[in-house]
Amino acid sequence: MPSAAEIEQLLEAVKDPEIPVISIRELGVLREVSVNNGEVEVTITPTYSGCPAMDFMRVEVEKTLKQAGIAHFSVKQVLSPAWTTDWISDSGRKKLLDFGIAPPPHSADIRALKGRSPVVACPLCGSTNTELLSQFGSTACKALYRCKACKEPFDLFKCH
Amino acid sequence: MKIEEALFRYALRMGDNSLVLGHRNSEWCGHGPVLEEDIAQANIALDLIGQARSYLTYAGEVEGKVRPSAPLRTEDDLAYLRGEREYLNVQLVELPKGDYARTIVRSFLFDAFHLPLQQALTTSSDERLKGIAEKAVKEVAYHLRHSSEWLVRFGDGTEESHRRAQEALDDLWRYTGELFAADEAEEVLAKAGVTPKLTDLHKEWSATVDRVLREATLKRPADGWMASGGKQGVHTEHLGPMLAEMQTLQRSYPGVEW
Repeated sequence: MPSAAEIEQLLEAVKDPEIPVISIRELGVLREVSVNNGEVEVTITPTYSGCPAMDFMRVEVEKTLKQAGIAHFSVKQVLSPAWTTDWISDSGRKKLLDFGIAPPPHSADIRALKGRSPVVACPLCGSTNTELLSQFGSTACKALYRCKACKEPFDLFKCH
Repeated sequence: MKIEEALFRYALRMGDNSLVLGHRNSEWCGHGPVLEEDIAQANIALDLIGQARSYLTYAGEVEGKVRPSAPLRTEDDLAYLRGEREYLNVQLVELPKGDYARTIVRSFLFDAFHLPLQQALTTSSDERLKGIAEKAVKEVAYHLRHSSEWLVRFGDGTEESHRRAQEALDDLWRYTGELFAADEAEEVLAKAGVTPKLTDLHKEWSATVDRVLREATLKRPADGWMASGGKQGVHTEHLGPMLAEMQTLQRSYPGVEW
Protein backbone atom coordinates (compact mmCIF):
# COMPACT_ATOMS: atom_id res chain seq x y z
CA MET A 1 0.00 0.00 0.00
CA PRO A 2 1.55 3.35 -1.02
CA SER A 3 1.78 6.08 1.59
CA ALA A 4 -0.19 9.32 1.47
CA ALA A 5 2.91 11.16 0.26
CA GLU A 6 3.42 8.62 -2.53
CA ILE A 7 -0.21 8.96 -3.61
CA GLU A 8 0.16 12.72 -3.68
CA GLN A 9 3.16 12.23 -5.95
CA LEU A 10 1.06 9.91 -8.12
CA LEU A 11 -1.67 12.54 -8.42
CA GLU A 12 0.89 14.98 -9.81
CA ALA A 13 -0.19 13.44 -13.14
CA VAL A 14 -3.66 14.98 -12.81
CA LYS A 15 -3.61 18.35 -14.53
CA ASP A 16 -6.10 21.19 -14.76
CA PRO A 17 -7.87 20.46 -18.08
CA GLU A 18 -8.06 24.18 -18.85
CA ILE A 19 -4.40 24.87 -18.02
CA PRO A 20 -2.80 21.50 -18.79
CA VAL A 21 0.69 22.50 -17.59
CA ILE A 22 -0.31 22.79 -13.94
CA SER A 23 -1.24 19.90 -11.66
CA ILE A 24 -4.18 19.95 -9.27
CA ARG A 25 -1.68 19.86 -6.39
CA GLU A 26 0.13 22.97 -7.67
CA LEU A 27 -3.25 24.64 -8.22
CA GLY A 28 -4.27 23.97 -4.63
CA VAL A 29 -7.34 21.98 -5.69
CA LEU A 30 -5.90 18.82 -4.12
CA ARG A 31 -6.32 19.46 -0.39
CA GLU A 32 -5.50 16.23 1.35
CA VAL A 33 -4.65 12.59 0.86
CA SER A 34 -5.13 10.24 3.79
CA VAL A 35 -4.73 6.50 4.13
CA ASN A 36 -6.67 4.71 6.84
CA ASN A 37 -6.74 0.92 7.09
CA GLY A 38 -6.00 0.55 3.41
CA GLU A 39 -8.72 3.03 2.45
CA VAL A 40 -7.51 6.08 0.51
CA GLU A 41 -9.41 9.33 0.85
CA VAL A 42 -8.61 12.20 -1.51
CA THR A 43 -10.06 15.61 -0.71
CA ILE A 44 -10.47 18.19 -3.47
CA THR A 45 -12.02 21.65 -3.53
CA PRO A 46 -13.34 23.65 -6.51
CA THR A 47 -11.71 26.90 -7.55
CA TYR A 48 -15.13 28.38 -8.34
CA SER A 49 -18.64 27.14 -7.43
CA GLY A 50 -19.45 26.56 -11.07
CA CYS A 51 -16.04 25.28 -12.17
CA PRO A 52 -16.94 22.92 -15.03
CA ALA A 53 -13.54 21.20 -14.77
CA MET A 54 -14.27 19.81 -11.30
CA ASP A 55 -16.07 16.65 -12.42
CA PHE A 56 -13.34 16.03 -14.97
CA MET A 57 -10.61 16.34 -12.33
CA ARG A 58 -12.47 13.99 -10.00
CA VAL A 59 -12.69 11.35 -12.75
CA GLU A 60 -8.98 11.79 -13.52
CA VAL A 61 -8.10 11.28 -9.85
CA GLU A 62 -10.20 8.10 -9.77
CA LYS A 63 -8.61 6.84 -12.98
CA THR A 64 -5.09 7.53 -11.74
CA LEU A 65 -5.72 5.70 -8.47
CA LYS A 66 -7.24 2.69 -10.26
CA GLN A 67 -4.34 2.49 -12.69
CA ALA A 68 -1.95 2.41 -9.75
CA GLY A 69 -3.79 -0.66 -8.48
CA ILE A 70 -5.50 1.12 -5.59
CA ALA A 71 -8.91 -0.49 -5.16
CA HIS A 72 -10.34 1.15 -2.06
CA PHE A 73 -10.62 4.88 -2.33
CA SER A 74 -13.06 7.76 -2.18
CA VAL A 75 -12.84 11.27 -3.57
CA LYS A 76 -14.43 13.86 -1.32
CA GLN A 77 -15.31 17.36 -2.46
CA VAL A 78 -15.31 20.14 0.13
CA LEU A 79 -16.23 23.83 -0.13
CA SER A 80 -14.77 24.99 3.15
CA PRO A 81 -12.22 26.39 3.72
CA ALA A 82 -12.74 28.10 0.39
CA TRP A 83 -10.02 27.82 -2.22
CA THR A 84 -7.82 30.87 -2.62
CA THR A 85 -5.25 31.77 -5.26
CA ASP A 86 -2.74 31.98 -2.39
CA TRP A 87 -2.76 28.17 -2.48
CA ILE A 88 -1.21 28.08 -5.95
CA SER A 89 2.34 26.86 -5.34
CA ASP A 90 5.45 28.75 -6.47
CA SER A 91 6.12 26.12 -9.12
CA GLY A 92 2.49 26.52 -10.22
CA ARG A 93 2.87 30.29 -10.53
CA LYS A 94 6.01 29.84 -12.60
CA LYS A 95 4.26 27.39 -14.92
CA LEU A 96 1.30 29.74 -15.36
CA LEU A 97 3.66 32.50 -16.41
CA ASP A 98 5.50 30.22 -18.87
CA PHE A 99 2.10 29.19 -20.26
CA GLY A 100 1.29 32.86 -21.01
CA ILE A 101 -1.05 33.48 -18.07
CA ALA A 102 -0.11 36.17 -15.57
CA PRO A 103 -0.17 34.58 -12.09
CA PRO A 104 -2.62 36.03 -9.58
CA PRO A 105 -1.65 38.95 -7.37
CA HIS A 106 -1.25 37.88 -3.75
CA SER A 107 -4.36 38.57 -1.67
CA ALA A 108 -2.13 40.49 0.75
CA ASP A 109 -1.76 43.03 -2.08
CA ILE A 110 -3.98 45.79 -0.78
CA ARG A 111 -4.94 46.85 -4.30
CA ALA A 112 -6.29 43.39 -5.05
CA LEU A 113 -8.20 43.28 -1.77
CA LYS A 114 -9.75 46.67 -2.25
CA GLY A 115 -10.83 45.75 -5.75
CA ARG A 116 -8.50 48.23 -7.39
CA SER A 117 -6.49 47.02 -10.33
CA PRO A 118 -3.25 45.40 -9.21
CA VAL A 119 0.00 46.01 -11.07
CA VAL A 120 0.09 43.20 -13.63
CA ALA A 121 3.16 42.35 -15.67
CA CYS A 122 2.64 41.10 -19.22
CA PRO A 123 3.57 37.39 -19.30
CA LEU A 124 4.91 37.83 -22.84
CA CYS A 125 7.19 40.88 -22.63
CA GLY A 126 7.29 41.62 -18.91
CA SER A 127 6.06 45.21 -19.21
CA THR A 128 3.83 46.50 -16.41
CA ASN A 129 2.24 48.96 -18.84
CA THR A 130 -0.93 46.87 -19.03
CA GLU A 131 -4.66 47.50 -18.78
CA LEU A 132 -7.72 45.54 -17.77
CA LEU A 133 -10.11 44.80 -20.63
CA SER A 134 -12.62 42.69 -18.72
CA GLN A 135 -12.92 41.19 -15.23
CA PHE A 136 -14.12 38.01 -16.92
CA GLY A 137 -11.81 36.13 -19.26
CA SER A 138 -11.77 32.85 -21.12
CA THR A 139 -12.66 30.90 -17.97
CA ALA A 140 -14.28 31.87 -14.66
CA CYS A 141 -10.91 32.14 -12.92
CA LYS A 142 -9.29 34.57 -15.36
CA ALA A 143 -9.54 38.24 -16.31
CA LEU A 144 -8.66 39.65 -19.72
CA TYR A 145 -5.80 42.14 -19.98
CA ARG A 146 -3.96 43.93 -22.77
CA CYS A 147 -0.30 44.85 -22.83
CA LYS A 148 0.18 48.41 -24.06
CA ALA A 149 3.89 47.76 -24.73
CA CYS A 150 3.75 44.67 -26.94
CA LYS A 151 0.05 45.13 -27.85
CA GLU A 152 -0.80 41.52 -27.06
CA PRO A 153 -3.88 40.49 -25.07
CA PHE A 154 -3.33 38.03 -22.21
CA ASP A 155 -5.14 36.32 -19.34
CA LEU A 156 -4.59 37.11 -15.67
CA PHE A 157 -5.40 34.48 -13.07
CA LYS A 158 -7.75 36.51 -10.84
CA CYS A 159 -7.04 37.06 -7.17
CA HIS A 160 -9.55 34.96 -5.31
CA MET B 1 -42.58 26.04 11.19
CA LYS B 2 -39.86 23.69 12.43
CA ILE B 3 -36.27 24.74 11.85
CA GLU B 4 -35.47 21.85 9.44
CA GLU B 5 -38.47 22.69 7.28
CA ALA B 6 -37.37 26.33 7.30
CA LEU B 7 -33.85 25.29 6.31
CA PHE B 8 -35.23 23.23 3.42
CA ARG B 9 -37.22 26.18 2.12
CA TYR B 10 -34.30 28.53 2.63
CA ALA B 11 -31.81 26.36 0.75
CA LEU B 12 -34.38 25.97 -2.01
CA ARG B 13 -34.92 29.77 -2.16
CA MET B 14 -31.20 30.48 -2.32
CA GLY B 15 -30.78 27.85 -5.03
CA ASP B 16 -33.77 29.10 -7.01
CA ASN B 17 -32.61 32.73 -6.90
CA SER B 18 -29.19 31.76 -8.25
CA LEU B 19 -30.51 29.25 -10.77
CA VAL B 20 -33.13 31.55 -12.28
CA LEU B 21 -30.85 34.60 -12.44
CA GLY B 22 -28.07 32.40 -13.80
CA HIS B 23 -30.38 31.11 -16.51
CA ARG B 24 -31.49 34.65 -17.42
CA ASN B 25 -27.88 35.83 -17.64
CA SER B 26 -26.95 32.80 -19.74
CA GLU B 27 -29.47 33.97 -22.36
CA TRP B 28 -26.82 36.53 -23.36
CA CYS B 29 -24.41 33.77 -24.34
CA GLY B 30 -23.80 34.27 -28.04
CA HIS B 31 -25.86 37.50 -28.02
CA GLY B 32 -23.76 39.85 -25.88
CA PRO B 33 -23.40 43.47 -27.03
CA VAL B 34 -19.62 43.04 -27.17
CA LEU B 35 -17.52 39.90 -26.93
CA GLU B 36 -16.12 40.75 -23.47
CA GLU B 37 -19.61 41.17 -22.06
CA ASP B 38 -20.84 38.00 -23.72
CA ILE B 39 -18.05 36.17 -21.89
CA ALA B 40 -18.64 38.06 -18.65
CA GLN B 41 -22.34 37.15 -18.56
CA ALA B 42 -21.58 33.51 -19.31
CA ASN B 43 -19.02 33.49 -16.48
CA ILE B 44 -21.41 35.13 -14.02
CA ALA B 45 -24.13 32.67 -15.03
CA LEU B 46 -21.69 29.83 -14.42
CA ASP B 47 -20.93 31.12 -10.91
CA LEU B 48 -24.63 31.44 -10.10
CA ILE B 49 -25.55 28.02 -11.45
CA GLY B 50 -22.62 26.54 -9.51
CA GLN B 51 -23.97 28.11 -6.34
CA ALA B 52 -27.45 26.83 -7.18
CA ARG B 53 -26.06 23.29 -7.45
CA SER B 54 -24.64 23.50 -3.93
CA TYR B 55 -27.88 24.90 -2.50
CA LEU B 56 -30.21 22.47 -4.27
CA THR B 57 -28.05 19.50 -3.29
CA TYR B 58 -28.27 20.68 0.30
CA ALA B 59 -32.04 21.29 0.04
CA GLY B 60 -32.51 17.71 -1.15
CA GLU B 61 -30.48 16.36 1.78
CA VAL B 62 -32.37 18.45 4.34
CA GLU B 63 -35.69 17.37 2.82
CA GLY B 64 -34.58 13.77 3.22
CA LYS B 65 -34.35 14.35 6.98
CA VAL B 66 -37.64 16.25 7.17
CA ARG B 67 -39.60 13.71 5.11
CA PRO B 68 -37.72 10.42 5.43
CA SER B 69 -40.44 8.44 3.68
CA ALA B 70 -40.40 10.59 0.51
CA PRO B 71 -37.92 9.72 -2.26
CA LEU B 72 -34.66 11.65 -1.97
CA ARG B 73 -34.43 14.50 -4.47
CA THR B 74 -31.14 15.41 -6.14
CA GLU B 75 -30.09 18.83 -7.44
CA ASP B 76 -31.29 17.77 -10.90
CA ASP B 77 -34.67 16.57 -9.59
CA LEU B 78 -35.18 19.91 -7.90
CA ALA B 79 -34.07 21.96 -10.91
CA TYR B 80 -35.86 20.03 -13.64
CA LEU B 81 -38.85 18.38 -12.01
CA ARG B 82 -40.55 21.26 -10.24
CA GLY B 83 -43.21 23.48 -11.74
CA GLU B 84 -43.24 27.25 -11.40
CA ARG B 85 -45.47 27.27 -8.31
CA GLU B 86 -42.84 25.20 -6.51
CA TYR B 87 -40.06 27.67 -7.31
CA LEU B 88 -39.43 30.01 -4.38
CA ASN B 89 -37.21 32.66 -5.99
CA VAL B 90 -37.94 36.37 -5.76
CA GLN B 91 -39.69 37.80 -8.80
CA LEU B 92 -36.84 40.21 -9.59
CA VAL B 93 -34.62 37.43 -10.93
CA GLU B 94 -37.21 35.85 -13.25
CA LEU B 95 -38.06 38.96 -15.30
CA PRO B 96 -36.95 38.88 -18.94
CA LYS B 97 -33.40 40.04 -19.58
CA GLY B 98 -34.58 43.03 -21.66
CA ASP B 99 -31.92 45.23 -23.23
CA TYR B 100 -28.43 45.33 -21.77
CA ALA B 101 -29.20 48.29 -19.51
CA ARG B 102 -32.09 46.35 -17.98
CA THR B 103 -29.94 43.27 -17.46
CA ILE B 104 -27.28 45.38 -15.73
CA VAL B 105 -29.78 47.24 -13.54
CA ARG B 106 -31.43 43.98 -12.46
CA SER B 107 -28.07 42.36 -11.73
CA PHE B 108 -26.94 45.42 -9.79
CA LEU B 109 -30.07 45.52 -7.61
CA PHE B 110 -29.65 41.82 -6.86
CA ASP B 111 -25.85 41.83 -6.44
CA ALA B 112 -26.01 44.73 -3.97
CA PHE B 113 -28.30 42.50 -1.86
CA HIS B 114 -26.51 39.23 -2.58
CA LEU B 115 -23.05 40.37 -1.40
CA PRO B 116 -23.98 41.44 2.16
CA LEU B 117 -26.21 38.36 2.40
CA GLN B 118 -23.37 36.01 1.49
CA GLN B 119 -20.99 37.94 3.75
CA ALA B 120 -23.37 37.43 6.66
CA LEU B 121 -23.79 33.75 5.83
CA THR B 122 -20.02 33.16 6.14
CA THR B 123 -20.62 33.30 9.91
CA SER B 124 -23.76 31.14 9.88
CA SER B 125 -24.07 28.50 12.59
CA ASP B 126 -25.09 26.07 9.83
CA GLU B 127 -21.87 24.53 8.51
CA ARG B 128 -23.18 23.95 4.98
CA LEU B 129 -24.60 27.45 4.50
CA LYS B 130 -21.30 28.77 5.85
CA GLY B 131 -19.23 26.64 3.45
CA ILE B 132 -21.27 27.64 0.40
CA ALA B 133 -21.07 31.30 1.40
CA GLU B 134 -17.29 31.24 1.87
CA LYS B 135 -17.05 30.15 -1.74
CA ALA B 136 -19.82 32.34 -3.14
CA VAL B 137 -18.84 35.56 -1.42
CA LYS B 138 -15.70 35.95 -3.52
CA GLU B 139 -17.64 35.37 -6.74
CA VAL B 140 -20.46 37.74 -5.83
CA ALA B 141 -17.94 40.49 -5.04
CA TYR B 142 -16.86 40.32 -8.70
CA HIS B 143 -20.50 40.32 -9.85
CA LEU B 144 -21.29 43.50 -7.92
CA ARG B 145 -18.16 45.20 -9.18
CA HIS B 146 -19.10 44.28 -12.75
CA SER B 147 -22.72 45.43 -12.57
CA SER B 148 -21.76 48.64 -10.69
CA GLU B 149 -19.16 49.60 -13.27
CA TRP B 150 -21.58 49.07 -16.14
CA LEU B 151 -24.36 50.94 -14.40
CA VAL B 152 -22.06 53.94 -14.03
CA ARG B 153 -21.06 53.60 -17.67
CA PHE B 154 -24.70 53.59 -18.80
CA GLY B 155 -25.98 56.22 -16.38
CA ASP B 156 -23.09 58.60 -16.94
CA GLY B 157 -22.79 57.67 -20.62
CA THR B 158 -24.83 58.96 -23.52
CA GLU B 159 -28.30 60.45 -23.38
CA GLU B 160 -29.67 57.20 -24.81
CA SER B 161 -27.85 54.91 -22.35
CA HIS B 162 -28.85 57.15 -19.43
CA ARG B 163 -32.50 57.08 -20.49
CA ARG B 164 -32.56 53.30 -20.82
CA ALA B 165 -30.84 52.74 -17.47
CA GLN B 166 -33.22 55.13 -15.69
CA GLU B 167 -36.27 53.49 -17.30
CA ALA B 168 -35.10 50.04 -16.26
CA LEU B 169 -34.43 51.29 -12.73
CA ASP B 170 -37.90 52.87 -12.48
CA ASP B 171 -39.53 49.65 -13.77
CA LEU B 172 -37.53 47.23 -11.62
CA TRP B 173 -37.64 49.18 -8.38
CA ARG B 174 -41.00 47.68 -7.41
CA TYR B 175 -39.38 44.23 -7.35
CA THR B 176 -36.76 45.17 -4.76
CA GLY B 177 -39.15 45.16 -1.78
CA GLU B 178 -39.47 41.40 -1.89
CA LEU B 179 -35.72 40.95 -1.30
CA PHE B 180 -36.15 42.28 2.24
CA ALA B 181 -39.62 40.97 3.11
CA ALA B 182 -38.97 37.83 5.16
CA ASP B 183 -41.26 34.85 4.80
CA GLU B 184 -41.87 32.44 7.66
CA ALA B 185 -38.81 30.30 6.87
CA GLU B 186 -36.52 33.33 6.86
CA GLU B 187 -38.02 34.58 10.11
CA VAL B 188 -37.55 31.24 11.85
CA LEU B 189 -33.91 30.97 10.72
CA ALA B 190 -33.07 34.58 11.54
CA LYS B 191 -34.56 34.15 15.00
CA ALA B 192 -32.44 31.04 15.53
CA GLY B 193 -29.36 33.01 14.43
CA VAL B 194 -28.73 30.76 11.42
CA THR B 195 -29.25 33.48 8.79
CA PRO B 196 -29.09 37.28 8.93
CA LYS B 197 -32.18 39.42 9.44
CA LEU B 198 -33.21 40.74 6.04
CA THR B 199 -34.00 44.16 7.49
CA ASP B 200 -30.37 44.40 8.62
CA LEU B 201 -29.21 43.86 5.06
CA HIS B 202 -31.43 46.65 3.74
CA LYS B 203 -29.25 49.39 5.20
CA GLU B 204 -26.14 48.17 3.43
CA TRP B 205 -28.05 47.57 0.19
CA SER B 206 -29.48 51.05 0.33
CA ALA B 207 -26.06 52.63 0.91
CA THR B 208 -24.56 50.73 -2.05
CA VAL B 209 -27.47 51.71 -4.28
CA ASP B 210 -27.17 55.38 -3.31
CA ARG B 211 -23.42 55.45 -3.84
CA VAL B 212 -23.49 53.84 -7.29
CA LEU B 213 -26.57 55.72 -8.52
CA ARG B 214 -24.96 59.01 -7.52
CA GLU B 215 -21.87 58.18 -9.54
CA ALA B 216 -24.08 57.01 -12.40
CA THR B 217 -26.08 60.28 -12.26
CA LEU B 218 -29.26 58.22 -11.98
CA LYS B 219 -32.22 59.07 -9.79
CA ARG B 220 -33.27 56.67 -7.05
CA PRO B 221 -36.98 55.95 -7.50
CA ALA B 222 -39.32 56.60 -4.58
CA ASP B 223 -40.52 53.50 -2.72
CA GLY B 224 -44.10 52.80 -3.76
CA TRP B 225 -46.12 49.65 -4.25
CA MET B 226 -43.86 46.60 -4.07
CA ALA B 227 -44.47 43.31 -5.85
CA SER B 228 -44.33 40.12 -3.81
CA GLY B 229 -45.33 36.49 -4.03
CA GLY B 230 -42.26 34.83 -5.49
CA LYS B 231 -41.20 33.52 -2.10
CA GLN B 232 -44.59 31.80 -1.82
CA GLY B 233 -44.39 30.37 -5.35
CA VAL B 234 -46.60 33.01 -6.95
CA HIS B 235 -44.69 34.30 -9.96
CA THR B 236 -44.96 36.72 -12.84
CA GLU B 237 -46.03 35.33 -16.20
CA HIS B 238 -42.36 35.17 -17.20
CA LEU B 239 -41.13 32.29 -15.05
CA GLY B 240 -43.32 29.59 -16.62
CA PRO B 241 -42.01 30.02 -20.18
CA MET B 242 -38.44 30.25 -18.88
CA LEU B 243 -38.81 26.96 -17.03
CA ALA B 244 -40.47 25.37 -20.08
CA GLU B 245 -37.30 26.12 -22.01
CA MET B 246 -34.91 25.17 -19.20
CA GLN B 247 -36.74 21.91 -18.53
CA THR B 248 -37.53 21.01 -22.12
CA LEU B 249 -35.35 17.90 -22.18
CA GLN B 250 -36.94 16.39 -19.07
CA ARG B 251 -40.41 17.35 -20.28
CA SER B 252 -39.84 15.72 -23.67
CA TYR B 253 -38.01 12.65 -22.41
CA PRO B 254 -39.03 12.15 -18.76
CA GLY B 255 -36.30 10.57 -16.67
CA VAL B 256 -33.64 10.85 -19.36
CA GLU B 257 -30.05 10.81 -18.05
CA TRP B 258 -27.83 13.46 -19.59
